[in-house]
Amino acid sequence: MGIESALPEGIITTRLDKVINWGRKWSFFCYPFITACCGMEYMAAAASHYDIARFGAEFPRFSPRQADLMLVVGTISHKVAPVLRLVYEQMCEPKWVMAVGACACSGGFYRNYSVVQGADRIIPIDVYVTGCPPRPEAFLDGIMKMQAKVDTESILSRRN
Amino acid sequence: MAESITIRKLKERFGDRIKVVPSPFDGMDTVAVKRGDIADVCRFLRREEDLDYDLFRDLTCVDYINETPRFEVVYHLYSISHAHAVRLKARVPEEDPTIDTISGIWVGANWFEREAYDMYGVKFNGHPDLRRLLLYPEFVGHPLRKDYPIDKEQPLVQLREEMKGVR
Repeated sequence: MGIESALPEGIITTRLDKVINWGRKWSFFCYPFITACCGMEYMAAAASHYDIARFGAEFPRFSPRQADLMLVVGTISHKVAPVLRLVYEQMCEPKWVMAVGACACSGGFYRNYSVVQGADRIIPIDVYVTGCPPRPEAFLDGIMKMQAKVDTESILSRRN
Repeated sequence: MAESITIRKLKERFGDRIKVVPSPFDGMDTVAVKRGDIADVCRFLRREEDLDYDLFRDLTCVDYINETPRFEVVYHLYSISHAHAVRLKARVPEEDPTIDTISGIWVGANWFEREAYDMYGVKFNGHPDLRRLLLYPEFVGHPLRKDYPIDKEQPLVQLREEMKGVR
């Protein structure tokens, strides 16, 4: 079948994008930016019962420089927004962001002077996980959506 | 209902300078105080042996925007030894929103007064460190005042919708 028949045994061909994306999507290094109660659900999702290790995302990196997936989990107030922006800017490319919970997605039920109406007003968001708070299954669904999105990218697309 | 020891003692000591107000919701002893008297009343409640209000529970503020004086600072005190509680209310006018601090009488009042200042702009004379407690120093105005616009935001960083050329 194809060029493999001409190659020695044990060698297969693929596209570079595909193999790089495969590596990226199964080894998310998460930076949990946890500010509120959704953090408990993240902890449940990370612990052994739901176990995000099944998705290769089990190591939270507490330095943004070592992380490629930022999890914005909880309410973002205007006071903490500069910190969120700074942490995001410190992450190396390629980087992705998941907004977890109603507050991070839209401000949730806080329509007031102190809460940013959605973390996407501060940093770009790739995947939104709804719920107040979302169940761990929803969080894992978000991880799978994130994987699907990473799979569609090309290493050329981020060069500009 | 029989008059409590707190009300009796306060009446003895302060006479018409205080006014007992009904509190039908919870029946707690509630006393309206002139704002100039607040520190004296608090010191008396704390030091008088039969009263012994040793626990400061709460301090907050209410904005009665259509009334004069506009603000009301509310104090909740409790005595651990006698297990009795009292609520004090002091009106503060809009044009001069100041009242004496009680942070020297109960240390716990320190941050509550800072919060009331932060949210309502009531200044506490003699407070050792009257900075905003919760909001950032750049914040202008006092958001729990009823005339603060409900949708007004004061971002510290430029929001993405205002930035040019972002992905």
